Amino acid sequence: MEEGRAKVSKRKGYYASKIKRAVHMLFYRRHKKPGVKGWELRKVLGSDYPKVLKILDDYLKALDLQVKTVFEEEKALEKPSLEDLDKARFYITLRGDLTPKEAKMIGWRIDDLAGLAITIAYIISKKGKVPRKEVEELLRDKLPGWKVGLNIDRYIRYGYLTQDENEQLYLDWRTRAEVDQKALIDLILSK
Amino acid sequence: MQSKKERAKFGREKLQRIIEMCRSVEERSLDPFLINVEEIISIIKEYFPEWEIPEDLCLDAETIHHLASVIKLQSEWVKHRSTSLYTDPFLLEEKLTRIEKEEIVEAFLQAWHPIVEMEQISLHSLAEATRYWESLLPLKERWKGFPPAEVETSLATREELIRQRILRDKAFSEELENLWQELKVKVGEKGENGKIHYWDFVGAENYEETVHRAFLTSFLVTYGYATLEIHPLEEEIFIKPNEKPITKIGKKQLVSIPITVSPEDWMKWKKGELK
Repeated sequence: MEEGRAKVSKRKGYYASKIKRAVHMLFYRRHKKPGVKGWELRKVLGSDYPKVLKILDDYLKALDLQVKTVFEEEKALEKPSLEDLDKARFYITLRGDLTPKEAKMIGWRIDDLAGLAITIAYIISKKGKVPRKEVEELLRDKLPGWKVGLNIDRYIRYGYLTQDENEQLYLDWRTRAEVDQKALIDLILSK
Repeated sequence: MQSKKERAKFGREKLQRIIEMCRSVEERSLDPFLINVEEIISIIKEYFPEWEIPEDLCLDAETIHHLASVIKLQSEWVKHRSTSLYTDPFLLEEKLTRIEKEEIVEAFLQAWHPIVEMEQISLHSLAEATRYWESLLPLKERWKGFPPAEVETSLATREELIRQRILRDKAFSEELENLWQELKVKVGEKGENGKIHYWDFVGAENYEETVHRAFLTSFLVTYGYATLEIHPLEEEIFIKPNEKPITKIGKKQLVSIPITVSPEDWMKWKKGELK
């Protein structure tokens, strides 16, 4: 009985220290972009890092945070293999949602946020690729003209959008990590 | 009836138009099904026997390449339509133009889960930084000039000296003769009592030239063109030209007098701190 308890306590200690390491890696930015690749986590936490992340995710529920996995193929996988996980990028994101007041507090003006939402939704509707001019026209309908270009550049700088040499806009890494695209489209259509 | 030449010209124009059409679908994200693939293939087939020169065959290949891109877009379009993310773009566009700013923000906030990240310094990094600061030397100590490199001494051949530009590749005796004359002139101009400070004579604009002059001066003394006068207490060395080379200085035993010509001494001389 005593032996069993000691084993459990040892295992708890083992995971507690790994969770701490995972928190340090995931919360503090290590590279230019936030997030950590699966193979980096494996290197530091060991091959059972998916289990460590699962425990951390459960723990973060109470704080309204979550461990978000973004797979290379851009689509959520039902049963990802270890190889898929190694190539995926992990982030800590908000689990629930923000109120408009909170969004304002973290530095977003309502106009800028609306512009971002419209741009993302429009790009999704056009199968992920839209000429910049079309987006500019769409935004100019409700935003002052001088602000439109600046806003698009800002979305690109933050990593929500990317632009190619032909001035075509695409969704970038931050949209994939932060925005539930299906939910966004459904919510807009239901309005 | 069309001549063969005219037919080929007509065919080229048709292929150009097809390429343009495919390009506009690719670049402007138009509906790829606007292009009738079967019809285009029949046109390509129809004109293919006319092509003889490489340029026409290249045009034919380019048309097929662009058509293939359109077919790829059509396949992506079908795939997208079959996914749960598919929404009629016109319906969504319509919605996006009608919806109020506040409403769209409300929808977006429900689908947006921003990344949480910290950029603040941790207590550990702060302690580490303090330790680093404590062990960091003040700038005036860190930016001291580099210590002069230690150089080993050994014998050098004349060839090596020429290679290192200490000796010039002209007749040595001629150079000595010129230097002797220069010494005489300088003593006449700047000297006192028929002698001049050693460094005032050997010192030159750059260190290499100074070494070269010191080297030659040592021969002036050895061969009796000049005499060194050393005042050990004042730490002064003078050089005095002889009117005629003196091959034997009386019956005195000849001695070697080492004089250091280091970069530091040269710098001191430049600053007027050394005679």
